[in-house]
Amino acid sequence: MTAAWRTVAEDERRGATRGPLLSILTRSSRPPETRAGAVHLDDGARRGGSGGGAGGGSDGGHPGDGAHPSHPATAWWRAERLLPHGLRAVTFIPLVALVLILGVLLWKALPAIRFNGFGFFTRTPWSVGNTYAPLVTTNGVRHPPLASYGALPFIIGTLVSSAIAVVLAVPVAIGTALIVVEKLPPRLSSTVGFCLEVLAGVPSVVYGLWGFFTLGPFLSHDVAPLWADHLPDVPVLSFFRSPTGGGQGLFTVGVVLAIMILPIIAATTRDLLRQVPRATVEGAVALGMTDSEALGAVTVPWVRSGVIGATVLGLGRALGETMAVAMVCGSLLGANVHSLYSAFNTISAVIVGQLDSAQTDASGLAVSTLAELGLVLLFITVLVNIGARLLVRRVATTALPVGRGI
Amino acid sequence: MTTDTVAVGPPVRLGRRRTRNRLTWVLCAVALALVVVPVVSIVAGVAWHALAHFHFSLLTTYPVGNGGGLLNSIEGTFVLVFGVLVLAGLAGVAGGVYLAEYAREGRGQFLRGASEVLAGVPSIILGYVGYVGLVLGLHWGYSLYAGIIVLSVLVVPYITKTTEVALRNVPTSYREGGEALGMRSGYMLRKLVLRPALPGIATGLIIAIAIAVGETAPLLYTAEYSTRPPVFSLHNSPVGYLTYNVFTDYNQPSTFLHQRANAAALLLIVLVLILIVVARVIVMMTQRHSPDRPQRVGKATG
Repeated sequence: MTAAWRTVAEDERRGATRGPLLSILTRSSRPPETRAGAVHLDDGARRGGSGGGAGGGSDGGHPGDGAHPSHPATAWWRAERLLPHGLRAVTFIPLVALVLILGVLLWKALPAIRFNGFGFFTRTPWSVGNTYAPLVTTNGVRHPPLASYGALPFIIGTLVSSAIAVVLAVPVAIGTALIVVEKLPPRLSSTVGFCLEVLAGVPSVVYGLWGFFTLGPFLSHDVAPLWADHLPDVPVLSFFRSPTGGGQGLFTVGVVLAIMILPIIAATTRDLLRQVPRATVEGAVALGMTDSEALGAVTVPWVRSGVIGATVLGLGRALGETMAVAMVCGSLLGANVHSLYSAFNTISAVIVGQLDSAQTDASGLAVSTLAELGLVLLFITVLVNIGARLLVRRVATTALPVGRGI
Repeated sequence: MTTDTVAVGPPVRLGRRRTRNRLTWVLCAVALALVVVPVVSIVAGVAWHALAHFHFSLLTTYPVGNGGGLLNSIEGTFVLVFGVLVLAGLAGVAGGVYLAEYAREGRGQFLRGASEVLAGVPSIILGYVGYVGLVLGLHWGYSLYAGIIVLSVLVVPYITKTTEVALRNVPTSYREGGEALGMRSGYMLRKLVLRPALPGIATGLIIAIAIAVGETAPLLYTAEYSTRPPVFSLHNSPVGYLTYNVFTDYNQPSTFLHQRANAAALLLIVLVLILIVVARVIVMMTQRHSPDRPQRVGKATG
């Protein structure tokens, strides 16, 4: 043990001349055996055990700190004994943050929950009430007269816009992943990978800006009229009929959201496709199948659960997306969406758009109601995300995760 | 590669199968176009609007009334990102190290789950909680530090995740060798395990920067906005940032503000492009020196 200790000290001195940056360049950074597997899991458990022991300070085999009090390495060792404790404390930050988020939301939403009741989920109007009149009290909550809040249009708007996004994004993402893996040469597929990273990395306000200036007008003037002008005025189809508007509405938001969640689904699908064993595909081809038949028989079933997981992950992002939606949704309050091209609102867009004006409500009920909306959104997105991660966990993804949709 | 020339089954059927095969790949090519076209359209569209009347004073002056430049926002963005890098970087890397190296199975799984749930929380909810909790609850007022804290909470899960994955990719034999030499766990971590994981950790930090640069919703009601350079005080220190300019100027009745919104958006795109390229260079360099560099032959490239 003393020998090891001396080695430590020597290394300490020798290592001082070589910084971490240089070692990135000179050391092999991704050595063999990097595939995670059973070995790794066993190892994690074992290391976990020994690490915990060291953390408890129970392994007394090393040279005592008191034996060499003046040596510089000793201070390090003392600090390092506390290291696992410090690291563990920091690792609890996400959990603490979650509890705080939920606590603050619940605490803030309590008056609104009492005031709005269950009708919150079935009502349509959205009104702060007469903020100049004296406050009145209902259910023990002070509020301006005529205040009335209903979340139904926003819940519908959130779900419908995300559904449109998923329906549009999934085929495009899968098609892209298929052609990238099966047909394109490495250099081109790397370029497509770059495009996906750009799509994932572009800030959502930029999507909003692009949707406002470029995509929205294009969709409403050049794309939507292709079918909107020719549909009959019957119950279901009339949703797709009507004037196509100026480009701010459900359709534009759906397309923008679809483009935003494309990279998540496409990159995950691509990485899954690369793990499909070639021998099985070649076996299918050897049996006389065409490329596309082999896809249907071997490749697609192989990746299905992973793609579904990635899709649900994308859905989670679409449900929670705020800025891009707020910029192109048209911000409709107090009414349900009646056509594919009409203005509407989602929960997150209402929160970001109304928090400012909610300050004018002296009773605080408006701010409180936004907290209740936030709870609804949190419930939906967390449920979707947990489901997605359970599905994705079954497959190891090697994607370079960029953007908020890892 | 093309198998449709293999004559199997009656020739009549083969014609239909060949057509269907071609149709599949044509549809896939269309899908590919639908991915590439928006990328080009976003970059070109924003650049077109931004560069139409671009002047460099936009980058070097503070806003004055309804005019002026973006200097406050550029400075503010960098200050915010730096703060996030320090706060979330430390917390995220430490969390990743703990989860990969020290955590026992059950607790690790639990904390990992909490981190993943946090990653799924919509950013506007973080913004709302930051506003209610920090700005109003703790009476900070609009504050640079409130913005940094909320943004840090937002990106910590990503840094934790990438750090953990990078550490798990370090081969077990490294640790076994270290243990055989009698190294203490902390020393082994610093000298043996952390170093090969550094590129992965750096990539995670770059992702965090990209997210921090692009977020708006968590900042609107915490850091709010200021036309002046950043002030480093806890109370009442609103700060400007580029995404705010995009969000507020885009629908103002002024062509100059439209152009400024697009210029801010272009700056954001350029920043993100730089970050992506840096991340790619890091990955490329680590692969070049790696013994198991993926072989670029056949279809199953890594």
